[in-house]
Parts: sequence; C-alpha cells; structure tokens
Amino acid sequence: MELVLPGIGLTFWMVLVFGLLLFLLKKFAWKPILSALKERENSIEEALKSAEAAKDQLSKLKSDNEALYKQAREERDQLLKEAKVMKETIISDAKKSAEDEGKRIIQAASEEINKQKAVAIAELKGQVASMSIAIAEKLIGNQLANNDQQKTIITSHINDLNNTQQANA
Amino acid sequence: MPENKGLSKITNFKILSFACLILLLQSTVLLASDHGSDTNIHSSEQHQGETHHTTIHEKFKPGDMILDHVKDAHDWHIMDLSPGHPVSIPLPVIIYDNGLHIFSSGKFEHGHKVVESKGNHYFLHKGKIYKTDAIGHLNYDEKNKVSNEIPMDLSITKNVIALFVSAILLLLIFLSIAKSYKTRGKSAPKGIQSLLEPIIIFIRDEVVKPSVGAHYEKFLPMLLTIFFFIFINNLMGLIPIAPFGANLTGNIAVTMVLSIVVFLVVSFSGNKHYWKHIFMPDVPKALWVLLIPIEILGVVLKPFVLMLRLFANITAGHIIILGFFSLIFIFGEKSAVAGFGTSILSVAFTLFMSVLELLVAFLQAYVFTLLASLYIGSATEEHHHAEDHH
Repeated sequence: MELVLPGIGLTFWMVLVFGLLLFLLKKFAWKPILSALKERENSIEEALKSAEAAKDQLSKLKSDNEALYKQAREERDQLLKEAKVMKETIISDAKKSAEDEGKRIIQAASEEINKQKAVAIAELKGQVASMSIAIAEKLIGNQLANNDQQKTIITSHINDLNNTQQANA
Repeated sequence: MPENKGLSKITNFKILSFACLILLLQSTVLLASDHGSDTNIHSSEQHQGETHHTTIHEKFKPGDMILDHVKDAHDWHIMDLSPGHPVSIPLPVIIYDNGLHIFSSGKFEHGHKVVESKGNHYFLHKGKIYKTDAIGHLNYDEKNKVSNEIPMDLSITKNVIALFVSAILLLLIFLSIAKSYKTRGKSAPKGIQSLLEPIIIFIRDEVVKPSVGAHYEKFLPMLLTIFFFIFINNLMGLIPIAPFGANLTGNIAVTMVLSIVVFLVVSFSGNKHYWKHIFMPDVPKALWVLLIPIEILGVVLKPFVLMLRLFANITAGHIIILGFFSLIFIFGEKSAVAGFGTSILSVAFTLFMSVLELLVAFLQAYVFTLLASLYIGSATEEHHHAEDHH
C-alpha cells in the first residue's frame, strides 16, 4: 500500500528539482538547441533549393549552348553552301568572260586580218595595175605594130587579169 | 594467424562474460544476504540492545526484499559485509516538525536507535520515521499498524539523491550540447550532440509535431524535458551501482508530479472549444447531468493513467528482476547446489529482462511524451467547422 501512496518528501523535492530543471533546460538548453536545429534545417533546405536552381540554370545554359552550337553549324553550312555557289558562279563567270574575250580577240583578229587582206589586196591591185601598165607599155612598145596580134594579146592579158582578180577575190 | 586472433577474441569474450556472471552473482548474494537476515525485533528491545547482533539466520523473505529495493530509503545501501552489518551511505534526514530537524540518517543505525533532535525523538521503523518518546516506543493499533505520529519528512532520501544526480546529468548533457550548437553553428553535429540529436528530432517530428499540431513549438521544451527526464531515470534505474539503481520513475510521487505538470499545462493551454466540450457538450441539455461528470472524470483520469502507467511499468520491471534473483536464495536455502543451479537460469533470465528493460526505458518515456502531446493537442485543437458536422 505504501508503494502507491506518494511520499511528501519526494513530492516536495520532485516539484522543486523538476521545476528548476524545466526552467533551466528551457532557457539555456532547448532554446539554443531547437533554434540551431531549425536554422540548420532551413539552411540545408535553402542550400538544396539553390543547388536545384543552379542545376536548372546549368541545364538551361547547356541547352542554350546546344542551340548556339546548332546555329553556328547551320551558319557554317550556309556559308559553305554560299561559298560553293559563289565559287561556281565565279568559275562560270570567268569561263564566260574568257570565252567572250576569246571570241572578241578572234573577231578582232579576223577583222584585222580582213582589213590587212583588203589592204594587201588593194596594194596588190595597185601593184598589178602598175605592173600591167608597165607590161602593157612594154608590150605596146614592141608589138603594137601588129593589130591582130595586139588584139589577142590584150584580150589574153585582160583574161589573165580577170582570172587573177577572181582568184584573189 | 587470423584463426589465432579469432580464438583469442572468443576466449576474451568468454572471460569477460564469466567475469560479468561472477559480478552479477556476487551482487545478488550481497543483495539478498542483507535482506535475508532482516530481523523483526520490536523497537523497544532494539533500543536496549544497541550492541545486539543477530546470529540467527532468519528465513529469506523475497517479498520484503523486493519491496525494500523498490521503495525509497533513508540511506543508500551498498552491501552487507556479513549478515547484520550493512555497508551503506547515510543520507541527511530533514524533518519539518515545528521547525526544521536536520541530522544524518546514520544516527538511526539502521533502525536500531532513537534520535533526539531539539527535544523531539524520532525512530526509523521499516523505512519510515515516527515520532516517539525517549525510549522509542512504538504503539500498535488493532490492525497491528504503528499508530505513532508521522512527522513531515523532507529527507534527502535515496530517490532524492537519484533525482539530483539525474537533474545534474541532464543539465550537464544538455547545456554542453547547447554550447556546441552555439559554437558549431550550422555545421554537422559531433560527439554526444550527434547521439542525442536524432532523439531530439524524433521527439519533435514524430511525437510532438503530429500530436500537438500547429502550436507545438510552445510545448516542445517541456515535452522534451519530460521525455529525457523519464528516459535518463529509467536507464539510471537499471544500473545497479550507487548513485544509480534507485527506482525513481517507478515511484508514484515522481510520476504524480510529472502528470500534474502535464495536467496543468493542458488545463492552462486548453482553448474555449476544449472547455466548451467539457462543460457544454453538444448534446441535449437533459444529458448534461450525465455527460459533464463523465467529461470531468475524463480530464482527471488522463493524467492519472499517465501517472499509473509509468509507475507500474518501471516498478514491475524492477520487481521481475529482483524476483529472479530471489529465486536463487529461495532454492539456496534448500541446498547450495540447487541455489547454484538456479543462479545460472536466474542470471540468464535477468540478463534478458535487463535488455528488455532497456527497451521499456525508452518505450515508457516515449509513451508518456506521446500521450502528453496528444492531451495537449486535444486541448489546443482548433475546431473550425465543428458546428457543420453536428
């Protein structure tokens, strides 16, 4: 029976000691402990959050990089293509202009040739005329006595002249 | 080589366990020999025969022995050198009886002598101090109970010492932890801090937060103090060497004070819904006559059950362990061989029980804290739409 009856002495000391303990622990132990725990948990949570944010940013940066890289590659491809086209046009232009120039040179040359030929022909004609005149003078001086002979000679000469003229033309 | 190492380990373990066994046996022998030889001689005889030694070996009374160890005491008994010669630490006796009377409990000489203090005479009988005449005469009533006046006894008893020790331990532990929290800041816990931090967080997150609800932070220091007070005292009660081994949390006075603290906190923090639920329940007024007393009973019963549960569990644990030890001496009285044979079994069972008690030590502290949190939670709960449900 005594076991289940609270003793006055122990009750008194218990109230005193436990009250004191409650006060001291609350003020000097639980307050700093609990606030430190809370602070630490908050800081950990914050750190986790910022790590997550950093990760997001990093992945974003990565995707940005990827896009940039892709764009650069596309640009490069474009440039290459353009260069190729340009090369082809340059080559074809060069070809064309060279052809044109060649043609032009050939034409000029043929024109020049024709010109020279005409000059040469004219010169030849002049020479032939003067030579024929000289020949004619000689012939006239020697053989003009004989009329018939004269006639045949002149016609043969003229024919000859005509022939040569035709051949020259 | 590894084989050798393993072998030496095994032998080491064997030696260690054997030493433990011997120690345990020894302590039980000492325990029991003290109380086995308790003599029940009337005080008047004792007073006259101060040098009286009992050589008659009385029959071992397990009930008395167990109760003596479970109860509080005015001295801290360590061992008996021989039957009737106990070695114990005398503790101060403080009696308030028209003024303070302070003297050492050693003056009682284990209940053999009357102590005179400021004109009053006191006598220790079966762990209780009675006011007597100069020769220490005890009067018995018809139920064979001592009818002498019992003065207000505020002595520093065994349990009070245990209380002091536990309070000092708690202060040392938690103030040092608080200091390391202050100095170490947000860095990871270290040493004893990392041992107790998971428990603190467990109590906060798994016990208090879900049970109390939104305002849990206000009650956290008190509930943590209660938890660690019960826990450390439960553990200290399992260590059989002074200044531990007192049955503090198995003392009804201690559990009563703890429950009263909970009761007061619940009552003072209870909101108007809590009180309305008790004094103006949502039932027809005719039923109030029936329901209000039940509700009031419930309010008182909750802390009362808290008090009894802790007391009964811890005391029962101590009684079971002591009961196993008693078996040794019950059989030992019949024959030494039987006593030795029983001791092996008893020690094994006691070892098992002690390990179980370690679990109980935590469990009871946890249960007390959990139920206290639930009571506080029910008293501070906000009923937002209570009317809608009825």
